[in-house]
Amino acid sequence: MRMNLQKPELSTWSHLDQLLNLRDEIHRLFDPRLTDGQRTTEFFDGWTPAIDLYEDKENLFVKVELPGLKKDEIEVSMHDGALSISGERKAVTEDSSNQTFRSERFFGRFHRSLALPKPVAVDKIKASYKDGILTVTLPKTEEAKPKQIEVSVS
Amino acid sequence: MITKTNQNLTSQHNVSMMEYTSPTVNLSESKDAYLLEAEMPGVNKNGLEVLLEGNELTIVGHRQPENINAELLYRESKPREFRRVFVLDPSIDTKKISAQIDQGVLRLNLPKAERVKPRKIEVAD
Repeated sequence: MRMNLQKPELSTWSHLDQLLNLRDEIHRLFDPRLTDGQRTTEFFDGWTPAIDLYEDKENLFVKVELPGLKKDEIEVSMHDGALSISGERKAVTEDSSNQTFRSERFFGRFHRSLALPKPVAVDKIKASYKDGILTVTLPKTEEAKPKQIEVSVS
Repeated sequence: MITKTNQNLTSQHNVSMMEYTSPTVNLSESKDAYLLEAEMPGVNKNGLEVLLEGNELTIVGHRQPENINAELLYRESKPREFRRVFVLDPSIDTKKISAQIDQGVLRLNLPKAERVKPRKIEVAD
């Protein structure tokens, strides 16, 4: 597949780009290389940022891919054992004389929530944002941590 | 500007294809330049390569190494490097291309050569 994005004023196919975007999306839906464990619903549902979940003895870690946001555009909250991440990516107001001819990035509101597998200490949750990735550190409650029981042999 | 997609690359590099993922991009054009924005979460300045070969521009993003030493329970992100190739319009002055990356978004400014910028020609009396 080859896309020839000529200067718009020279093109008689002004809607070709939209059609190509649609074609890309359809390809994506059926291309197993691009769909393994991957969210493919962007075209229909807006933006679904990818979430990864990790666990060690003390904490759960949630990483969310949120490229191109500002720290204060991200909201992190907890409701009934589910972590909720939402926000809005605002489109940069561009000079109206600029011509956009390929638009794959999503702008607007997004929301994701994730049921956590272990209870966490809500007041100790920390979040940081670096290189377009949000990392939320959720310390487990004492009850949820693995315990080692001393066995005394007499 | 022509965008080569992965399918082109697949036929040429069958083996290495699986290691890459294509970043989502926006392309726009102003009077003086083209602007390319590419989303590469997890990539910073140190992991970014912008290569120019003739009129072919390749952007490669290596993700920063994993900073969490814990068991992975669930994954949606793709643990692959970013890569995408663009064929540049001949009007672009390749010597003046500049790049910056902020919070995982690469912004490439591709200025047009002076000779192709629109200019007004005064009509002589």
